[in-house]
Amino acid sequence: MAGGARLENANPLIFQRSGERLLTATDEDEDVADPFDDREIFDLIRSINDPEHPLSLEELNVVEQMRVNVNNQESTVSVEFTPTIPHCSMATLIGLSIKVKLLRSLPDRFKIDVHITPGTHASEDAVNKQLADKERVAAALENAQLLEVVNQCLSSRGL
Amino acid sequence: MVAVCACAVINWLRFSMAAENSALLGLVEEFVSGQVDSKATETAEGLKNGHFTVLQLVEALGFSLISSQPQTRGRGVQLLSLVLQECYSSLSEKEVEVLLAFYENRLKDHYVITPHVLKGLQALAKCSVLPPGSAVSILKSIFQDVHVQSLMLAERSSVYSILISLMDSREEELKSLGADFIFGFVQSVDGERDPRNLLLAFQVARNIIYRGYDLGKFVEELFEVTSCYFPIDFSPPPNDPHGITQEELVLSLRAVLTGTLQFAEFLLPLLVEKLDSDVQSAKIDSLQTLAACGQIYSHRELGAFLPGLWSSIRREVFQTASERVESAGLSALSSLVSCLSRSVLDSNSEDSLEVFLNLVLKDCRHHLCEPDLKLVWPSARLLQAAAGASYRSSLIMAQLVLPLLLEQYSSSTQVPLFTPPSAYLDPHGTGSPPSSAVLRKESLCSSVFSALSESSAGLQLTASRADVEKAVDHLTRLVLDEEDAQLSSVRRAPAVCGSFGMGLVSPQCGAGELSGSSAGNGGFSVEDVCTVCVGLQRIAQQARDDEEIGRFFHENIIPRLLGLALQAALGSKDSGSCISPLADEAVLFALVPVASTACAALQTQAASSMAAQTVALFLDGDVSFLPENAFPSQVQLLQADSRGPSQLVCLLMACVCSLPRSVEIPELERLLLRLEDLSCSSPHLFSYTHASKCFAALLFSLLSDAELGSEVAEGFRVLMSDSPDVLNRECHADVRIMYRQRFFHENSSKLVQGFNSAEQEKKSHYLKALSHIVNNLPRQVQLTELPALLPLLLEALCCPDQGVQLSTLCCLQPVLLESPAALGSQLEALVSRLLALSSSPAMKVRITSLSCVHALARLPEALVLPFRARVLKALSAPLDDKKRLVRKEAVAARGEWFLLGSPGGR
Repeated sequence: MAGGARLENANPLIFQRSGERLLTATDEDEDVADPFDDREIFDLIRSINDPEHPLSLEELNVVEQMRVNVNNQESTVSVEFTPTIPHCSMATLIGLSIKVKLLRSLPDRFKIDVHITPGTHASEDAVNKQLADKERVAAALENAQLLEVVNQCLSSRGL
Repeated sequence: MVAVCACAVINWLRFSMAAENSALLGLVEEFVSGQVDSKATETAEGLKNGHFTVLQLVEALGFSLISSQPQTRGRGVQLLSLVLQECYSSLSEKEVEVLLAFYENRLKDHYVITPHVLKGLQALAKCSVLPPGSAVSILKSIFQDVHVQSLMLAERSSVYSILISLMDSREEELKSLGADFIFGFVQSVDGERDPRNLLLAFQVARNIIYRGYDLGKFVEELFEVTSCYFPIDFSPPPNDPHGITQEELVLSLRAVLTGTLQFAEFLLPLLVEKLDSDVQSAKIDSLQTLAACGQIYSHRELGAFLPGLWSSIRREVFQTASERVESAGLSALSSLVSCLSRSVLDSNSEDSLEVFLNLVLKDCRHHLCEPDLKLVWPSARLLQAAAGASYRSSLIMAQLVLPLLLEQYSSSTQVPLFTPPSAYLDPHGTGSPPSSAVLRKESLCSSVFSALSESSAGLQLTASRADVEKAVDHLTRLVLDEEDAQLSSVRRAPAVCGSFGMGLVSPQCGAGELSGSSAGNGGFSVEDVCTVCVGLQRIAQQARDDEEIGRFFHENIIPRLLGLALQAALGSKDSGSCISPLADEAVLFALVPVASTACAALQTQAASSMAAQTVALFLDGDVSFLPENAFPSQVQLLQADSRGPSQLVCLLMACVCSLPRSVEIPELERLLLRLEDLSCSSPHLFSYTHASKCFAALLFSLLSDAELGSEVAEGFRVLMSDSPDVLNRECHADVRIMYRQRFFHENSSKLVQGFNSAEQEKKSHYLKALSHIVNNLPRQVQLTELPALLPLLLEALCCPDQGVQLSTLCCLQPVLLESPAALGSQLEALVSRLLALSSSPAMKVRITSLSCVHALARLPEALVLPFRARVLKALSAPLDDKKRLVRKEAVAARGEWFLLGSPGGR
């Protein structure tokens, strides 16, 4: 993290948070299976904290439900995220947080793909490549400092 | 003379004027000579921005104002007026004074100038700095120099606007003009035809009337000039450009006509005349106007016209086919009556209200008495309207009409005659306080009662449902509300009302039986019966301390209710096809509070006999105390296989469980045994729950009886949670503070002991009972008792019964965090159980166990870190649970456990 240095984007645009998912009758019905859907995946990542601001990724519009895609049958999840500014140096860290959150929260069968919304970041390809590489993700999490930042992003706020 | 005056003004202005302003001159030149209209706005802008003053403008206008061409003069005045319309608020008093003198003078000028002059005056009249006396002089000049009715539409509108502005700001001055002002207005408005202007004119007239201007000798003139538009017949032109509706015109004219008592002598004959009109809207308007009059008129104004008005109203209500005319007629009548009720009587005069009501009744009476069906209802409605108008009128009407109706009813058995009494019940609901009917209440009740219990199907049909509901409602209110007022009659009132309720229930039963043949349209619905039950319960509640009423309930009502319910239950068992509403669960549910409230109020002796009778009925089928004894001799009420009769166990519960505690319940042992049978084996939920509730109420003697198994345990749940039917204060259950703690302390050791000594298959009953008890304990007690109980609770988690699992998890989850020390040694076992339960078949168990696992992650790190790997591994399975709610809990728990012991985590 920038560690006390100046913020890159000191005054970001803040978006409204979506409400809790509404409970339906089928949610309560023991016999009905609920497949994974976009909203469920979105709910997993929308409350991740931004590394720089005391705001969630949803509030910064970094993640949006329309950029989340899940295919329950083929066990694939694809998430696009949009850095607040094209030169954001935190992009990799944000991507990593999303990826880790999904790895911890989804069953093993899912193949998880996290990448930057096309055309929204200067070094889009490099970041995407890093996030897609299992080895590099694993290596990053070995790094205690990096893991600490990621864990802070994933801690539930207000507790 | 004109030019001289204008010159004088300009000379005065020049005196105080600043340097010549060529830009201004250019604007004026272009407007006046160049006919460029847009320059007016520019001039107004310039004035507002302070580029020049209004005086400079007048100076610049100089040449055009004194031109010999009227058109040029008009153009000049027009520019000034247009500018003033924009800028009137910024003028000083001195400027206004000079401008007013100029404008008033211009009114005498050529007619082409007049429109612009009026516009200017309209703007100046809105000034807040109008000099004193100017309002009068403006009006005098207008009334003298202008013939308003020969002006064009827009100019007439200006005149009305000037009047309205001045009335708003200079009321005192205008009043000093006296009747001259009224006369001037009457002259100006005479013959007005445009609806927009009429709205303005009506507003002026309304102001005159409501703000107390002296009408002097012009009352009739003012009335004539406005009333000539009554009744208004206006249809907006196609595409309705001004958005004026007939409604608006009607209402504003009505406000004028009904605004003052001085118009009464002219208005009332006019209304009588217009009521004869063939046009329906005219009739309605007249009736509504009459109703509005009633609000301000007194007897003095109405007196002479009452007979005429009444006969018109009566004719309209009797003859019309239109509901609107009828309802307008009825409200006019009711407004007249309430007006008369207000008038002050002097010692010698007769009561005009009574005279009028007598007149009304005289004309309606023979319609009520002769079974000429057509006019019965209109007459009844007229009487209702008159009676509902005021307290006094309802008293008088009750005295006059009620004996008549009752006599009429009792002397004839024909169906239609039921209707008048039922119609008469209405006014008591709508307008008047119930005491007006006190005198007649008993005979009224009994006649309604006898009408309802009449066996004729036709009569029951007439007593349509709405009537029944209303009647029940009125009567209950009648009886309950007046308790303080008339103590002596109260005693009997509930009895009468009670029997009324019974009357309603019993023909309903008959109807239920009949309905096999007549398709049930004579039947009463479940809602009706429930309404009656609510009424009965309220009576029982109100009369709690009244021994006589208690006895009445004991001797008549409860046996009767039991009998009816039993009859219905047996009937439903036999026939199946047409089930009487009394066999409906909702009705039984409504009967329960009636019986339990009544029984709770019983004196000891009555209570004992009630207990004996009820128990005998339910245990031995002893039906001897029920009325209309036509039951088979051996009724089996507590038998699990029969759906109908076993439902009645709720009534047993109601009667027995609410009796005072001092009352000995006979054959308690046998009763308990039968109840237990029923609650264990009944396939019917309703009977089952009520049997076990009833059972729980008698459970105290059975606490340690291991034989009873899980039903005892269920009983504990009923004991510990709040049930509205049994075991609350009203039912003598002797609820003491902290009874749950006390209960826990007295019995938990017995339970633990029992558990230890019990055979394996019986152990779960104890666990179940225990978890139900612990679950209902206050949090503080749970915490202190937890260490002792934890092993048992862990045991309970292994119990295959999902209810037990859930109940235990629910009581564990909140306390897990609060006393970590107690968990220490048990943590291994706890984690294993919780993880095992996270794959339970029951969704709620999975969710609750996962939230317990989540909670564990908050324990001190040293305690739980050893389990991290195991928990994370075990939690990956529920991540793929088929239920989303389970997955949500799993994600939360697993996330928390991941953070445990990790940098940046917890």
